Amino acid sequence: MSDLRLLTGGEAVAHAMRQIDPDVVPVYPITPQTPIIQTFAKLVADGRAQTEIVNVESEHSAMSAAIGAALAGARTMTATSSQGLALMAEVVYIAASMRAPIVMALGNRALSGPINIHCDHSDSMLIRDSGVIQLFAENAQEAYDLTVIAPRLAEHPDVLLPVLVCQDGFTITHSAEPVELLPDSVVRDFIGDYRIPYSVLDVREPTTQGPFAMPDYYYEFRRQQAAASEASAAVFAELGCEFAQLAGRAYGEVEEYRLEGASTAILALGSTAGTVKDVVDELREDGEPVGLLRITSFRPFPAAAVAAALENVASVVVLDRADSPGGTPPLGAEVAAALYGSGCRLSGAVYGLGGRDLHPADIRAVFAGAAPAHIGLRGEACRV
Amino acid sequence: MAELTPWQHLPVAGAVRPDTAIRPVTGGWRTGERPEADLPACVNCLLCWLYCPDSAILVESEAFNGFDLDACKGCAICAEVCPVGAIAMVAE
Repeated sequence: MSDLRLLTGGEAVAHAMRQIDPDVVPVYPITPQTPIIQTFAKLVADGRAQTEIVNVESEHSAMSAAIGAALAGARTMTATSSQGLALMAEVVYIAASMRAPIVMALGNRALSGPINIHCDHSDSMLIRDSGVIQLFAENAQEAYDLTVIAPRLAEHPDVLLPVLVCQDGFTITHSAEPVELLPDSVVRDFIGDYRIPYSVLDVREPTTQGPFAMPDYYYEFRRQQAAASEASAAVFAELGCEFAQLAGRAYGEVEEYRLEGASTAILALGSTAGTVKDVVDELREDGEPVGLLRITSFRPFPAAAVAAALENVASVVVLDRADSPGGTPPLGAEVAAALYGSGCRLSGAVYGLGGRDLHPADIRAVFAGAAPAHIGLRGEACRV
Repeated sequence: MAELTPWQHLPVAGAVRPDTAIRPVTGGWRTGERPEADLPACVNCLLCWLYCPDSAILVESEAFNGFDLDACKGCAICAEVCPVGAIAMVAE
């Protein structure tokens, strides 16, 4: 029997957390993540989850406490946005290197400055190379589903890495949509018990963790971590299929939308994909051969899947919701590497920084080859 | 020099399990004096064991059993804390 509710993305993730019932959640509030922990804290206060919520004094402390809890043998989650993730960043790298399978909910928000509370992906991109797995939801349902999948992915013995489930701030975190929740028992059976190879509090086999590594071993541990990220792609593919059996909604590292026979395709992350799908549908009705490739897993980056999906597409435009001053924006750089030597015509544009809307007309201009390099920016000339 | 391990065979995240660490002989840092025990005088209070910064006091069946000179740096804290004067520092 379907449990369909009207929930914001933030509330949907809070319900996923209630069903996962993590042992420990160290967390610090920040817009637009706050509805996640606010809703979850109420569920805990009402006795609907047994989680120990640790009200820490900063995100740096939140992530530090999360590592301690996760390695002690407690299933651990946290949530943040923007400056919070920036403050966590130092410890996020350590969490990944200590292979702590922490699930992190992110409400994507622009990094300061100027200070801003609205969505872009600069916060995610700040920790692009941390070793953390990054999954991007398109809507509230996906934010819920990916959060349910995340503990299995993080805790898999071949992976043991933090998983960041990203949802666009406000656009998803604060927008109410119909969301189908799985039964509590189904989620519980799906995620199973928490197991890690070396629990710090296991007195039968005590360990020292996070040791100093000199030039003779540091490189080896970085390689081990990179291998875990690579291995996570196959695990995510398996879990996506297993989840589809339960929920009827399948997940993979990319989503191909009407790419059959497409000569032009847009690549994007997050909620923008929903807008692009509408425009693709309209243009397809007019006979325009256009499509979308949405990246669900930004880390690890599905280079082979991107190349395969775009094999027969003549022109590809990558939409980046983060800039890289003096360089190539992050998604554009990944796609350029993935398509290197393919002969496909590749271009890219930055859009939506600090929450600026991307309108269907902007997307039509992209498909028509008439969009500027900075979409929606005043004073920007259109490219020929 | 111990043989270095390839990354595929290292414990996850470098977790160090009991009895797997190298035990270097650091007693060689000792200069000049080493502790010597007057066993008949010892009252087995184990204050020396408690205070030794290098875990160099050997204990067997809860009784003082001499010094691990591979670890002892000759700091003389044991001789200082011994309440019955059963430990003396002697020239090497």
